[in-house]
Parts: sequence; structure tokens; C-alpha cells
Amino acid sequence: MNDSATVWLSWLGRLDYTALPLYSGVAAAAAALVLLVALSVVVLISVKGWWGYLWREWLTSLDHKRIGIMYVVLALIMLMRGVIEAVMMRAQQAVAINSPGYLPPEHFSQMFSTHGTIMIFFMAMPFLTGLINFVVPLQIGARDVRFPLLNAITLWLTVAGAMLVMASLMLGRFSTGGWSGYPPFTEVDYQPGVGPDYWIWALTLSSIASTLTGLNFAVTIYKDRCPGMILMRMPLFSWTALCTSILMIFAMPPLTVATLLLALDRYLDFHFFTAGHGGNVMNFVNLFWLFGHPEVYILILPAFGVFSEVFATFSGKRLYGYKSLVWASVAITGLSFTVWLHHFFTMGQSAGVNAAFGIATMLIGIPTGVKIYDWMLTLYRGRVRFSVPMLYAAMFLMLFVIGGLTGITLSAPPVDYQVHNTVYLVAHFHNMLIPGTLFGLLAGYTYWFPKAFGFRLNERWGRFAALCFGVGFLLAFMPLYVLGVSGMARRTQAIVNPEFAPLLWVAGAGAALLSLGLTCLYAQLYVSIRQRRRTAVPLGDPWDGRTLEWSTPAPPPPYNFAVLPPIHDRDPCTWLKEHQRISPTDFAAIQLPNNSAMPIILGAAAFVCAFGLVWHIGWAAAGGMLAAWVAVIARSFVRDTHHVISAEALRQAHARHLQQAQQTVAVSRDQEHSPLNHGLAQVQP
Amino acid sequence: MSSAAMADRETQTRLFGFWIFLMSDALIFALLFAIYATMLHATDGGPAGKDLFDIKSTLLQTAVLLLSSFTFAMVSLNLEYRPQRLRYLVAWLAASLALGLAFIALELNDFHTLMAQGATAQRSGFLSAFYALVSTHGLHVAAGCAWLVLLLIQVKVFGLGPVVKRRLQCLALFWHFLDVIWVAIYAVVYLQGLSG
Repeated sequence: MNDSATVWLSWLGRLDYTALPLYSGVAAAAAALVLLVALSVVVLISVKGWWGYLWREWLTSLDHKRIGIMYVVLALIMLMRGVIEAVMMRAQQAVAINSPGYLPPEHFSQMFSTHGTIMIFFMAMPFLTGLINFVVPLQIGARDVRFPLLNAITLWLTVAGAMLVMASLMLGRFSTGGWSGYPPFTEVDYQPGVGPDYWIWALTLSSIASTLTGLNFAVTIYKDRCPGMILMRMPLFSWTALCTSILMIFAMPPLTVATLLLALDRYLDFHFFTAGHGGNVMNFVNLFWLFGHPEVYILILPAFGVFSEVFATFSGKRLYGYKSLVWASVAITGLSFTVWLHHFFTMGQSAGVNAAFGIATMLIGIPTGVKIYDWMLTLYRGRVRFSVPMLYAAMFLMLFVIGGLTGITLSAPPVDYQVHNTVYLVAHFHNMLIPGTLFGLLAGYTYWFPKAFGFRLNERWGRFAALCFGVGFLLAFMPLYVLGVSGMARRTQAIVNPEFAPLLWVAGAGAALLSLGLTCLYAQLYVSIRQRRRTAVPLGDPWDGRTLEWSTPAPPPPYNFAVLPPIHDRDPCTWLKEHQRISPTDFAAIQLPNNSAMPIILGAAAFVCAFGLVWHIGWAAAGGMLAAWVAVIARSFVRDTHHVISAEALRQAHARHLQQAQQTVAVSRDQEHSPLNHGLAQVQP
Repeated sequence: MSSAAMADRETQTRLFGFWIFLMSDALIFALLFAIYATMLHATDGGPAGKDLFDIKSTLLQTAVLLLSSFTFAMVSLNLEYRPQRLRYLVAWLAASLALGLAFIALELNDFHTLMAQGATAQRSGFLSAFYALVSTHGLHVAAGCAWLVLLLIQVKVFGLGPVVKRRLQCLALFWHFLDVIWVAIYAVVYLQGLSG
């Protein structure tokens, strides 16, 4: 028996005490902190006796709204780690000027790898998937997503991937190959440890989950819109969700293929991407960016959708240029598959090829520009209310244009040759992802929070957080443009040019401000929960919303709509308000899916399997895989998968809702943030 | 809506979802084909396709798999027009399963022969790409066979209700899809390899 087989057959594989993070005080402290927080959460839940409630109402739920909320919870937790890492890296660069700083190079490299991996796959993706999950069925008049079980499975696979990245903090080390994990550096010859394996399996889980999520939402949107909700009446957020879903279906498989082929290289000594033996690194680069470029539109399109809703609602106006916004989204979806090569202009293709992809890249600026103008014209002559979502939207409108313009500079191959691999690029994509994606997600979180929980978020803390994020972003990333053009390489652990120091200090201050913004965000949540009685909006329409989700109570009942509402207009909720609430009489029983423990079991099995693969623990890898399939097969024998809500129960629930509406005073927009706002909007004359 | 109409709508929607899954899966094969194409000459001094491939064996595999497509089409016809005669349906299913297993056995035998000549996946980039592409298809066929066994059990346990029928329809799509992929593999890998 050879050595490798001995390892696979041993109890703990490659895992032993050297896996503990004792190589650096910082890593040990971080691991201890995470462990402590996790343990105290478990203890708290046990002491309060919440496990039963959590299990019944959340962990086994197949309700798209609950699944959406759990996705966002995951994103907010991972966001914390991502931001802390960002601050630590900025601090390192601010102090490591002609000195080693406090993070050794290897640890610094792990950090930029986990930061990117977490922010993309375990913060932004779950956040936007969560919003789509919660909002889209409500917006298109569906009672759930098309495949509720699959929906829960994708959630728990994503959680398994996130947990794998968290495990890498406590056992072993993460990859030092960056979030894009280019071989041959991530091959066994250069990183024999577990780092790239953590990266491979976390991304594999995440990419499979996202493919299936895309499938689920594409089918839901194509097939489950309520009568009258034709595609060209669908709210912009649902449109961008559809575009993102299509991108997920076709852009995630290249990532799955890339990570699995790299795994074959690392585990079975194949030669896909090795240096030598016929390996071809460019195949990985092409596969990765074949995923990676559509991915940035997966991240930004839902944010565009959120902003479209926010601009219209908080301007008290119909969205300007609806059709052009739809076609711009569709055009971006198509174009996003034609530009991947601009991520590696410098990697040796001919000038002609570079020029073609450079021009294709510039083309994307056109539909995006159309959107910017549409949003500005939505604001034009509106009665604009600067609530928190609108603050994010306004900052987005200004900052995103700067990011877009720097993107156009990068799309010119000669310019790219000068600034590639510098912090100019880092500044550019953070300029797209923070004011674009993150602000969009936070705007959406603030906007739909009252719909999800029945009370509004605290406005003052929200404004303060938004301000910190806006100013913090400017301070943290504008200096990087200058530093990048001056030649500062990205991913640098120590700085040898002292002239970079002042701008790096500014960037460090910006990072501190961003983390203050994050703290405000959590403080806002805490304060809002404490004040929930004063900000309750049970009638579900706190912002005088225009789209269908605002016509349901907050939180919406499990079946969303007692009777599917009539759709006659692009702004169905506004239409319903103007035409008086129609009281349905034709209640019919509704079938809803039963809870199922299978998805969370499948997620746990996937985690065990992936962990076993990382550490070469044969029994865990095989056992986890087996358990996952047993769960799937066992579930296929379950017959009793639905329960029925009777017409009488629906009638009573609806009557209660109507009675509550009659007893509530409708508020004007001036009283939007006062305790008087119970979610019943005064109809504008 | 009547319950039959609802079940029909449910079936249509599920089949639509399965088509989308197949499109995503087809993309995985497309990428593996593309990688294979870029690695045709990455033999690192080792054997190339024309030194290795056996036209007779692969032709036999093609015949077996295409025949299984025929038998599975008979499953679909029985499902549609003669669902009450379960015996026929089960017989055609069993025939498809046997052919699927025969295909896998032939493929494994081929791999064994190749490896005996030292043409392992570890030998060169070309062979890595070859094994990845062909055995991804093989794994799909194996998964199809396992699925088929599961559905045979479900036909036995539950009879031919709408749920089991729907699953058989999805499996039929999957089965034919794998045949189409195989035709591409036969042309791109084996015929091209032997002609080049």
C-alpha cells in the first residue's frame, strides 16, 4: 500500500495538531474568537430553549421567504469576516512601509484570498440570492418558487461552503492563491497543503448551489407568474432576477469545471493545468473568467433591480423608461458572455484579439449608461424622499459612474498593460462592487425589511451607516486609483516606496470608516428589534410601494396571496390602491409544501464530504457523499409532501386583514418615519 | 383547475426545468470538449489518439448506446399509450438498463486496455482531457442506470402515478441527451483521433 492510500484510510487523514493555527498570534486569536462566538450562540440558543422553534420554523422550512431571510443572515455574518479582513489588510499596508508590519506574507496572502472568496461567494451571492428568494415570488404573484425543496437544498449547500471557509480559519490554512486561484501556483507542487483544497471545495459547493438556484428562479419566473403578469409588466427587480438566473445557469458550470479539473490535478495527478506534462494554464484562466465575467453581472444586475424599485418608490413616480431598462438588462446579460478575455489582456494573445474584446467591453457601457439616464429621469420632477434606500441609491448613481469610467479606461488594452495587477484595478472593481452591489443589497435590505418582519428599521442608524459607507468607500478606494497609476502592485504585503505612505494612511482611515458603517448596520438591527412595537407596519405598505409585494400584509402569510390579485398595470399595487382594495370572494384551498429535514441533512453531509476531501479523510469523504445520496433517494420515496390550507381559513385570515386595515389610519408620505405609519399608505389624489 | 389538468401543468413545468438542467449540463460537456480540443497535441511525448483508440470496441459501444435509446423510446411510448400494461414498460426499462450496463462494461474494458499500455490519465495533458471527457459521460450513464433502478423500484412500490411517470419522462430526456453527447464523443474523440 502506498503512502497516499495509508493517509486516506487513516482515521484523521492529514489532520493532526499542526493544523491548529499556532503559526501566528493573529490567526490563533481570530480562530479563538470565532470559536467563542459560535459556542456562545449555541449556548444562548440552548439556554433559551430555542432549538425546537428554530428547527421547526426555520432550519427545515421550505418557505421561500424564510429561505431568503436565512440567506441574508448568512451574508451578514460572512460580511463581518470579510470587512474585518479588509481592515486588517489596510492596516498592514498602512504600517508596513519599509518594515514588516504585523502580518507575515503568508498570512497576508491567505487573507486576500479569503476576503475575495468570502465577499463574492459567501456574502454577495447569498445576499442577492436571499433578496431574490424573498421578493420575486411576491412580485410576480406566485405562492412559492417552482421547486421549494431544491431551494432549501441550495441554501444548505451554500452554508456548507461557507462553513468550510470558516473551518479553514481554525484548522489548517487557506489558499494563498487569491480568490481566482490561478494554477500552477495552486497546484500540489507549489501549495502541497490543504489551502487550495479548501478553496476548491468551498467554490464547488457554492457554484453547484448557484447553478441550481438560477434554474429554480428561471423556471419560477417563466412559469409561475400570476394571470395578467405578462413579462412586460414584471417589476424591474424580477427582470434583473431573471437575467441573473440565466447567467447563473450558464456561467456557474465553467467554475464547477475549473475547480473540479484542478481537483483532479491535485488529487489524482492529472495534468490539466500543471507546468509541464502537457498541462495548459490558459485553459484554467479561460474557464475561470468565462465564469468570472458573467459573475460580475450576476452581482450587479439584482442591485440595478433594487435601485430601479427604490428610485420609483421614493420619487413617488412611475419608473422612467421601463422598456429601455428591460432591454438594457437583457443586453448586458448577452454581452457579459463576450468580454471575459479583458481579465487577461496581458497574457499573450494577439493585438487583434485584445482589440475585439476591448471594444466588446466598451459596448457594455452603453446599456449601463441607458440605465443611469433612466434612473435620473425617474428622479426628475419626482417628490424625492431621502430615506435610507434612496441615500444608497443616490450615492450609487454618482459613485458607480466613476467606477464605470475607470472601467472604460481599463477596457483599452494599452492602458490595461500599464495598470494591470496594480491597485488601480483593485480600486476599479471595488468601485463597482461597493457602490454598485453592496449599496444595492443594503438598499434592498432596508427597503424590504419591513415587508419581511413587519417593522421598519431605525432610520437614524441607517442614515449614519449609509454615510459611513459612502465616505468610507471614497477614502478607502479613491487613493488606490492614484497609487495604482503610480505603480503600486496589488496584493503587496510590505511597501518599499515611502511616498505611497500618506495615501495608504488615507485608505486605512477609509477602511476604518467602512467598518464603523458595518457596526452601525448591526447596531441598527439591534435598536430596531428593540423598538419594533413603535415601528410596526402590519398592513405591509410602509413606503407607498408600487409593485405587487406591497399589497400583502407584513410579514406575508405563508401562502403569500389568499387570492391571486388581478394585474392590469405595470405598477399593480398602485393600481389596486387607486381602484380601491378589491375584496375577493372566490377563495380556494391552497397546497403548500411540508417542512423537510432533508435539505439541511444534505448540506451537513456535503460539508462532511468536502471536509474529508480537504484533509484526505477517506471515511468522511465517502460517508458524506453516501449520506447525501441516501438523503436524496429517501426523500424521493416520501409521498406526503404537501398540506392544504382550507378556503375557510383563507377567508378568515383575509377578513382579519381587511378589518385591521379599516381600523388603521392611512398616512401621508410626510409621516413615513413616524410611529403613525402602520403600513397603510394614503392614496395620492 | 381539475386535478388532472394541474398534474399535467406540473409535469410540463418540471420537464421544462429538467430541460434547463440539461442545457446547463450540456455546457459542462461543451467545456470539456473545448479543453480536449486544446489538448489534442499536449501528449508530452506519450501516445496520441491514433496510437490508442480501438475503432471496433468504440463502434460496439456506440451501437449499444444507440440501441438503448431505441429501447428507452419504447419505454416512453408504453408510458404514453399503454401505461396499464406495466409488464411491457418494465421489460423495456430492463432492456435499457442492461444496455446501459453493457456500455459501461465495454467502456471500462477499453480504459483497462489503455491503462495496460501505460496510457493513464497521469501520463499527459492530452490523456487527462481524454479521460475527463469520456468518463464524465460514463459517470452520467452510470447515474442514469442507478436512477433507472430506483424508478423500477418506485414503479413496483407506487405503480405508475403522475409522480413516477414524470420522473420516467425526465430520465428519458436524460438518457437521450447522453446518447447525443456520445455521438459527439465518438466523432470528436475517436473518429478524429484515428484519422489524425
